[in-house]
Amino acid sequence: MGMFILRRLGVMILTALCLTFIVFFLTNLQPNLEKLAKNQGNQRMTDEQVMSWLGNHGYLQSVPVKYGQWLGILPGFTRTLDSGKVTGRCIAEDADPTVKPRRFCGVLQGDWGLSTVFKEPVWDIVIKRLGLTGWLMLAVMCVMVPSALILGVMAGMREGSRLDRALSTISITSTATPEYVSGVIFIAIFASSAVGLKWFKGTATSAMDDITFANFTLPVVTIALYGIGYIARMTRASMAEVMTAQYIRTARLKGVTFGNIVLKHALRNALIAPFTVIMLQFPWLLNGVVITETLFNYKGFGWTLVQAAGNNDIELLLGVSVVSVFVVLVTQLISDIGYVYLNPRIRIA
Amino acid sequence: MEPLSWIDIILRLLAQLTPVWIALVATFTISITYKRRLGLYGKLFDSTIGMVGFALVMFWVYAAIFGAFDLIITHNALEQVSGMKNKPPGTPLSGAKEGEYAYYLLGGDNLARDVFSRMIKGSWVVVQIAPLATVFAFMVGITLGLPAGYYGGKLDTLLSFLANLILAFPVILLFYLLVTPEIVDTGIPSYMGAVMFIFPIAFVGILLNSRYHTQPAIRTPLLIGVLGVMFWLYLSLISESGTKLDVIPRWLDGFDIPGGILVVFVSVVFVNSPTVFRIVRGLAMDIKTRDYVAAAQTRGEGPWYIMLWEILPNARGPLIVDFCLRVGYTTILLGTLGFFGLGLPPESPDWGSTINEGRKLLSIYLHPALPPALALLSLVLGLNLLADGLREESLRD
Repeated sequence: MGMFILRRLGVMILTALCLTFIVFFLTNLQPNLEKLAKNQGNQRMTDEQVMSWLGNHGYLQSVPVKYGQWLGILPGFTRTLDSGKVTGRCIAEDADPTVKPRRFCGVLQGDWGLSTVFKEPVWDIVIKRLGLTGWLMLAVMCVMVPSALILGVMAGMREGSRLDRALSTISITSTATPEYVSGVIFIAIFASSAVGLKWFKGTATSAMDDITFANFTLPVVTIALYGIGYIARMTRASMAEVMTAQYIRTARLKGVTFGNIVLKHALRNALIAPFTVIMLQFPWLLNGVVITETLFNYKGFGWTLVQAAGNNDIELLLGVSVVSVFVVLVTQLISDIGYVYLNPRIRIA
Repeated sequence: MEPLSWIDIILRLLAQLTPVWIALVATFTISITYKRRLGLYGKLFDSTIGMVGFALVMFWVYAAIFGAFDLIITHNALEQVSGMKNKPPGTPLSGAKEGEYAYYLLGGDNLARDVFSRMIKGSWVVVQIAPLATVFAFMVGITLGLPAGYYGGKLDTLLSFLANLILAFPVILLFYLLVTPEIVDTGIPSYMGAVMFIFPIAFVGILLNSRYHTQPAIRTPLLIGVLGVMFWLYLSLISESGTKLDVIPRWLDGFDIPGGILVVFVSVVFVNSPTVFRIVRGLAMDIKTRDYVAAAQTRGEGPWYIMLWEILPNARGPLIVDFCLRVGYTTILLGTLGFFGLGLPPESPDWGSTINEGRKLLSIYLHPALPPALALLSLVLGLNLLADGLREESLRD
C-alpha cells in the first residue's frame, strides 16, 4: 500500500509538471506576450518598443528557462538599468535597494506573481475565490450525493420494475441537461418576470457576502443536476449487480425482509463503485462551476478562470490552472486509495 | 395583423415541419417493416426507449438537413427586420412583403432575427460537426488504443500516461488556451489538426493492408485508390490559404473549412479521443485473452490483422453504444464553446452561441434563449436514450 501511494504520488507530480508546462508554454506564446506588453505599456507601441518591453521584463528568454524561474528552481530574472538600478522578477517596484533581493522566487517559494487584471497578488485572489467556490461545492455535494444515491438505489433494487424505468428516465434526462441549459430553464421558470414566479434570484452575486435560500438555490441545483444522473446510473448498475448475488438470495431464503436486505446486505457493497465515480466527478464539477458561476455571476474560482483567460492575465491563469490540476489529481489519488481501502478483494490480494 | 395565439403558433410550427414528419414516418415504416433483416439496427425497433431516442435524433437530423436546403426555415437566419427586436412569439412581421412568411413564429431575438429559423439553422451546425468529430476521435482512440491494449508494456504505459495527462486538464481551460484568436494565429491548433487527421488515413491503410496483403493484385490498386483520395481530402482539410498551414495550391484545394470551425473541430476531437482510447484499450485487453485470438495467433496472422479484424469487430457492441453517448457529449461541448463565445463567429446560429446571447436578457425575454436550450436538451436526450436502447438490445443476445 505504501509503495502504491508513493508510485501514484510520483506519477502525479510528473503529470502536474507536464500540465503546468503546457499551460505555461501556451500562455507564453509570442502573440499573447505582445498583447500583454501592449496592455501593460500602451496600445500604440511600435513593434520595436514591444520587443524592448518584453526584453526588459525577461519575457524573451527561452520557455524552459522562464518556466524554471516561474517554478522557482532557476534564479529569477534580473537586469541592470542604465541608471545602475537593478530590477527583476524577484524585486518589487518599491523595494529597498540596500536589501539583497532573493535569488529564487517562484511557485515553490510561494511567489505566484501579480494579476494584471485585479492588480493583486495571484495567491490572494486564488484563495479568496476558492473559498467562495468551496461554499458552492459544499452545497452541491450535500444536494447531489444523497439524492443521486437514493435515486440509484431505488432504481437498482428491483431491476426492470416500473419504478426503475421511471427513475432511469429521470437520470438519463438529467445527464442530457448541461448546466447552461438547465440554468437557463431554471432562471426562466423561477426567476424571470415573464413567468412571474420569482421564487429565487436569477443572479448569485449577493450570495458572495450572504448566502440565502433565494440566491443560492438555483446555482446549486444547476450544478448538481448534471452530476446526479451520472452517479445515479452508476449506483443503479452497481446495485442491480449486487442484488443478483448469491448472498442476497440466501438472505431472501432465510426470510429477511426486503427492506433489511437492501439496507443491511446490499447497500454497503453497492456503494463501492459510486464512491470512485463521485470522486472522479470533480473535474466535471469544475466545468460545471465555470459555466454556472458565469451564468449566475457568482465571482468564484470558475469566474476567475474565465476572467483570467479572457483578459490574457498570464500569471493568474497559471495560478488557476495549477490549482485546478492539483484538485483533479488529488481527487484521482483519493479515489484510487479509497477504492483499494473499501474493497477488501483488492486490499488483500 | 393580430399576433397569433399559442394554439396557432403550435399548429403553424407543426405545419412548417411537414417535411420532417414525412421523412420520419417513412423511416419508421420502412425500418419496422424490414426490422428482422436489419441486424442490430432492426432490433432497436423492439425497444420503446430505443425508438423514442431514435425518433428524437432523426427529428433533428432531418430538420437540420431540410433546414440546410432552406425548406423549413421561415426567414433568413441572419436577416434583421426592423421593428422585430425582442418581439414575443407569433408577432406578425412588420412590413411583410409578398411571398415572405408573415410571422416570427417563435419571436425575434435582440438583433431582430427570427428565433425559429436560427434554431433550425443551428441544428445543421451541430449535426455536421458532432458526429464527424466523434468519428475522428474514435479513429484516433482506436488506432492508439488497440496496440496499447494488445501489446501492453512500455507502449501502453506511455500512451496511458499521455491520455491521463489530457484527461486531467479541465476542459474549459483547454478550450480557452486553444481557441483564442492569438493562439489560432500561431497555427498550433492547425498543426494539432494536421497530426490528428493522419489517424483516419493510418487506420484505413492498416485495415485494408492487413486484410489483403496476401493478395497483392487486389491490395495494391485498392490501397493506392483509397489512400490517394483520403490524402487529397486530408490536404484540403488542413490547408487553408492565409493561415500558417498553406501547403497545396488553391486549384488543388477541394474545400475550405470556414473560419474557426476547424479549430473548434480539432479541440473537440482532442478532448474526446483520450476517453475513447481508454475504452478501446480496456476492451482490447479483455478480448485478447479469448480463444479465437489464440487461434488466429496460431494460424500465423499478423498483430494488426488480429487487432483490426479479430478484436475490433468483437468490441463493436460497447463501442457503438459509447459512440451514441459521445455524440451527445460532443454536442454539449460544442454548446459550451458557443456559450463562452469561443471559436464560432458571433453571428453563428449554433445553439450554444444563441443561448449565450439570449441569457443576457433572460429575466425579461424568455423566447430567444429557451428554444435552442430545449433543442439541445432534446437532441442529447435522444442520443442517450438511443444508446440505452442499443445497449439493452445488444445485451439481449
